[in-house]
Amino acid sequence: MSDNAVASPSETTEPSAHDHEVLAELTAPVPEVGDGGPEMVQLLTPEGQRVESTEYDHYVQDLTDDDLRGFYRDLVLIRRVDAEATALQRQGELGIWASLLGQEAAQVGSGRALRPQDYAFPTYREHGVAWCRGVNPLNLLGLFRGVNHGGWDPNEKNFHLYTIVIGAQTLHATGYAMGIQRDGDVGTGDEARDAAVIAYFGDGASAQGDVNEAFVYAAVNNAPVVFFCQNNQWAISEPNERQTRIPLYQRARGFGFPGVRVDGNDVLAVYAVTQQALNAARSGNGPTFIEAYTYRMGAHTTSDDPTKYRVSAEVEVWKHRDPIERLKSYLVHEKKADQEFFDAIDREADELAATVREGCLTMPDPTGESMFDHVYVEPHPLVEQERREFVDYHAGFAAEGGH
Amino acid sequence: MTTMTIAKGINNGLRVAMEKDSRVVLMGEDIGKLGGVFRVTDGLQKDFGEDRVIDTPLAEAGIVGTAIGMALRGYRPVVEIQFDGFIYPAFDHIVSQVAKMRARSLGKVKLPMVIRIPVGGGIGAVEHHSESNEAYFAHTAGLKVVCCSNAEDAYWMIQQAIETDDPVLFYEPKRRYWDKGDVDETTAPRELFKAQVCREGTDVTLVAYGPMVKTCLQAAEAAEAEGKNLEVIDLRSLSPLDMDVLTTSVRKTGRLVVVHEASTFLGLGAEVAASVTQQCFYHLEAPVLRVGGYNLPYPPSKLEEEFLPDLDRVLDAVDRSLAY
Repeated sequence: MSDNAVASPSETTEPSAHDHEVLAELTAPVPEVGDGGPEMVQLLTPEGQRVESTEYDHYVQDLTDDDLRGFYRDLVLIRRVDAEATALQRQGELGIWASLLGQEAAQVGSGRALRPQDYAFPTYREHGVAWCRGVNPLNLLGLFRGVNHGGWDPNEKNFHLYTIVIGAQTLHATGYAMGIQRDGDVGTGDEARDAAVIAYFGDGASAQGDVNEAFVYAAVNNAPVVFFCQNNQWAISEPNERQTRIPLYQRARGFGFPGVRVDGNDVLAVYAVTQQALNAARSGNGPTFIEAYTYRMGAHTTSDDPTKYRVSAEVEVWKHRDPIERLKSYLVHEKKADQEFFDAIDREADELAATVREGCLTMPDPTGESMFDHVYVEPHPLVEQERREFVDYHAGFAAEGGH
Repeated sequence: MTTMTIAKGINNGLRVAMEKDSRVVLMGEDIGKLGGVFRVTDGLQKDFGEDRVIDTPLAEAGIVGTAIGMALRGYRPVVEIQFDGFIYPAFDHIVSQVAKMRARSLGKVKLPMVIRIPVGGGIGAVEHHSESNEAYFAHTAGLKVVCCSNAEDAYWMIQQAIETDDPVLFYEPKRRYWDKGDVDETTAPRELFKAQVCREGTDVTLVAYGPMVKTCLQAAEAAEAEGKNLEVIDLRSLSPLDMDVLTTSVRKTGRLVVVHEASTFLGLGAEVAASVTQQCFYHLEAPVLRVGGYNLPYPPSKLEEEFLPDLDRVLDAVDRSLAY
């Protein structure tokens, strides 16, 4: 028996394993954190300073102060909904949640660039895009609560169901764009008619065959689709360098269409770059690849533990690039919004969060029999037989007085 | 009545479907000018244009993935997979997206698409060109799976599949593509998801689909010379299964032999045997027997005649069934 084994806790002076980890992190050099490089389009610095751009100013010059305040409202509200959903997961009300924390500007900037007739194909993290399209946040929660697999009508808001299989939706988006071409809704010059598709995916998905096939199909068909990659630096635990040897936006060139990197935490720049790409698509000039350079501030999902694979110093660097703070600084500096406005938005966010919470807690569970609905459009004898058996089986318990 | 091959039957059926509905588009590798490696789409691009008969890049996940998008936009894509063994890159889209989209959307979305697959062996091909993978898809809820065996069904079933609002995998018996048959082009003789008794008999029921229907009909003819009266059922629909036709027949004959090219382990024959046994237990005079490919990777073509069921192996099973 060793001495340690009989020592009382108060006599133990050895630091714990956890202390070792903390010390190691504190003394470790701050990792190199990429800033997107000189090619990255930026209209607002992290400090909220407006940067001029001869190429992109054009796309934001018509934005009114109301529009800018609207962006701010979108960013704050969707972050608040996201935080509420994370809390609901922690309280056992959602099975899992994929947080968009840090990526609000990439989603709101691109989402607000869409016209009603455009179509968005999301991953499972595009809560901000869903918000911009007018999809009720509760629809998103239904999936993560296990009530349904999405279940909203994609054609109501031109926002497809969340796609969990990584990258698969880029092909669906491309095919949808090929349909738009065949409908003649490209290049007519009619702003209410010409349509484009936007396909969302992440840096991890860029390795998928589907995504690369989507690039090929879009290119050879000159399809009106914008590939919008949120490079949040991490594919669960794997950093960019496990996915690519060149900046992602440069891949587009090899497929035969333009690629551009934009500061994904700069809502103005994202809005401008996405406008440009959507305009090109709608007018018949084919696909564009946008790499929105951003950062996943939280875990991959609520089941993940990022402390196992990345250091907090990196997160700290990105905190200084926060998309909401930079727009707020800009609005304040330019006197486009006052404290009263910011307070009102915070109140609205709290009210929205309360509504979302209430809606989540009161969301009815589906009935057992409902799983037999909607497997097929037309009747299927096996499904109907099993439905009858299911109903009879449960009716047997009711007849016995049980549940 | 017009006489045509199975390949021509499908070709004519596609043509009619495209004339009827401008939302029907064909997608696949080499289906345009070439008319597909089996010429099933011969002449269609010339008549309907490159926007409706789309020569796709050589990437099967891309074909099915973009077809999903086309269907979401309101089109009715008919996809050609060049050979059975090349469908696997598209497997994820078929199983995870095509099959589930309706349920995921709680009925808000439908995917009326047809995936055409030349199936089976017997043509002396190199590997990956002779596979029978229908069970993977019949196993998948949300898909419907059919297989034609003759020119008339080829002509009508492809049209019916295209008109179906659910996704349909349409298997074509590639070694029978050039078999001729009479086709009544005025009215569809039967519904898509129904089995057909193509030869009536009393002693043993043979059930097959696609390329093996002809083998079973030949076996029944040979057996007749020996005084055995075999009933032959063409299953036609692999999912859903038409259990009524199957059980009616088995209640009459009391004996069932299922024949397919696919390996028997967990093949369609396993499901047929289980379901028939469950529904006709007291009518069975013998266990349901299966004749199929051995449970091996498809062999080199010099061996495929040994691997695939043939008339003699079918009759051997008939004799074993009758011996119970």
